[in-house]
Amino acid sequence: MKRVTGTDFCLRKENVFMMKVTICIGSSCHLKGSRQIVEKFQNLVKQNSLEDKVELSGTFCMGNCVNGVNVMVDETQFSVLPDTAEKFFEEEILAKVK
Amino acid sequence: MRKFDTAVQYLKYKVLREVTRFSFKGNLMEKITDIPKIITPGKEPTMRCCVYKERAILAERVKLAMGGDSSNPNVIEVIDIACDECPMGGYSVTSACRGCIAHRCESACRRGAISFDENHTAHIDKSKCVECGMCAKVCPYGAIHNLKRPCERACKVDAISVDENTKAAKINNDKCISCGACVYQCPFGAISDKSFILNVIDLLKKSDANNYKVYAVVAPSIASQFTYAKIGQVVTGLKQMGFYTVVEAALGADMVAVKETKELVEKGFLTTSCCPGFVAYINKHYPDMSEHISHNYSPMAEIGKYIKDNEPDAKVVFIGPCTAKKMEIKREDVKPYVDAVITYEELQALFDGKEIDITTLPEGVLDNASYYGRIFARSGGVADAVVEGLKELNITDFDYKPVPCDGIEQCRVALLKASKGVLNGNFIEGMACVGGCIGGAGCLTHGEKNKAEVDKYGKEAYEKTIMDAISVLK
Repeated sequence: MKRVTGTDFCLRKENVFMMKVTICIGSSCHLKGSRQIVEKFQNLVKQNSLEDKVELSGTFCMGNCVNGVNVMVDETQFSVLPDTAEKFFEEEILAKVK
Repeated sequence: MRKFDTAVQYLKYKVLREVTRFSFKGNLMEKITDIPKIITPGKEPTMRCCVYKERAILAERVKLAMGGDSSNPNVIEVIDIACDECPMGGYSVTSACRGCIAHRCESACRRGAISFDENHTAHIDKSKCVECGMCAKVCPYGAIHNLKRPCERACKVDAISVDENTKAAKINNDKCISCGACVYQCPFGAISDKSFILNVIDLLKKSDANNYKVYAVVAPSIASQFTYAKIGQVVTGLKQMGFYTVVEAALGADMVAVKETKELVEKGFLTTSCCPGFVAYINKHYPDMSEHISHNYSPMAEIGKYIKDNEPDAKVVFIGPCTAKKMEIKREDVKPYVDAVITYEELQALFDGKEIDITTLPEGVLDNASYYGRIFARSGGVADAVVEGLKELNITDFDYKPVPCDGIEQCRVALLKASKGVLNGNFIEGMACVGGCIGGAGCLTHGEKNKAEVDKYGKEAYEKTIMDAISVLK
């Protein structure tokens, strides 16, 4: 299995650390509801005014299709479902950037 | 189940398969001269005058399978020694002429080019004949034939002529749009597209050591291909071969559909930019119309750009029905986003050369795009997607008049009218191949049901609207 490469922590906008949240939008995760998760995250980022702190992005596979939908927060990979998306956002994203 | 339409395709495939096999094994350079003999092993010729000529031609095919003549910028090439130098000469009277009394041919000819000999058999005076074909139409015996080379007949952009010295076919690169029509039509397989399978194998082989991923971007016309297996099995096969994952080019089409809709509304008149054959046709044959070509990337380049914007060291290989795509990736603005293009024919050779029998594999999934992105594969698809785009963007005050052109001949008519300002329409959807991409020269098979297959595949998409499909992208 290959590791997801790329800069996980990015230095952006006047030295503010951005949390990078990558959601798998590959076929398998897509069918398990990655679009719903993306949409929920997008709304939650907006509601909590986190546009400067959280960067959302997509990727086509994280090599762990069985446990989709895969979400990578900085360097850690999680398994999220549309039903657990809000709770996940609060615990793993909101709690850590605030 | 048949894998190819013709034995010429099968022959080309066998060469590609052997090149693939040795390349994966790593001994291609050692085995390269053996390939012709592997394909025609016996002493008796099966295709040509002697086995030596067969092998000489096969050696040329091996060269094309390895990228062809690098000094020729075109991706379509003539194999001189394979050209049968077919007879030509336009309308001619054949032995089926019975020397009848009616002489309809004579009455139909407005140039007075038809005369009769002592047996009352018709003759055409070539100094008077203008090749209008009226005589052939009226002959009750069908005795008058149009002797034209199949390659010339296939080429609707007049790019093929006869080389005065060799008498073989010659391609005029200033006119050629690399659609591959001649490649598919030549009964001797004397015209072929250059193959870049070795580049793909090289990318795959080096991906682990260099820590990059190779993405396979698959065109939606796949729906009508590999019908002896399931699309999901093709996906699994690609991953077994070493591709990191498979993405639908149709998602790029969804992205393009929205951009194209906006651009059309802004400019008021537009031609599509999805089909590289059509784009090349405008640039080479109707340069005055070039300014009206949509500035959007093709779906292939659009999705390639998305992948590479998110992952700069990723490699993208496009797999589709199209030979003109091989030209498109040479464009400076497209080059950075797509590393190689191969056809379905070549993919079949890759599977078999690597000894992957896709029919035995479990089904993977391929689902990124909407119905509208997927129907780009057939004529009328882009025009339909823009209707949906206008609806989803809530644009109600635009008088949308699409002109879907199925094949380059229809494109020519529309462009000619548009250049004269008499076209009843404001959006020219151009597809160089008849039927759209499903009629592409790199398809394994072409059939009546292909359009239905594409529509069916479109309806199976998980996402039902364009906006839903692209909402995952930023």
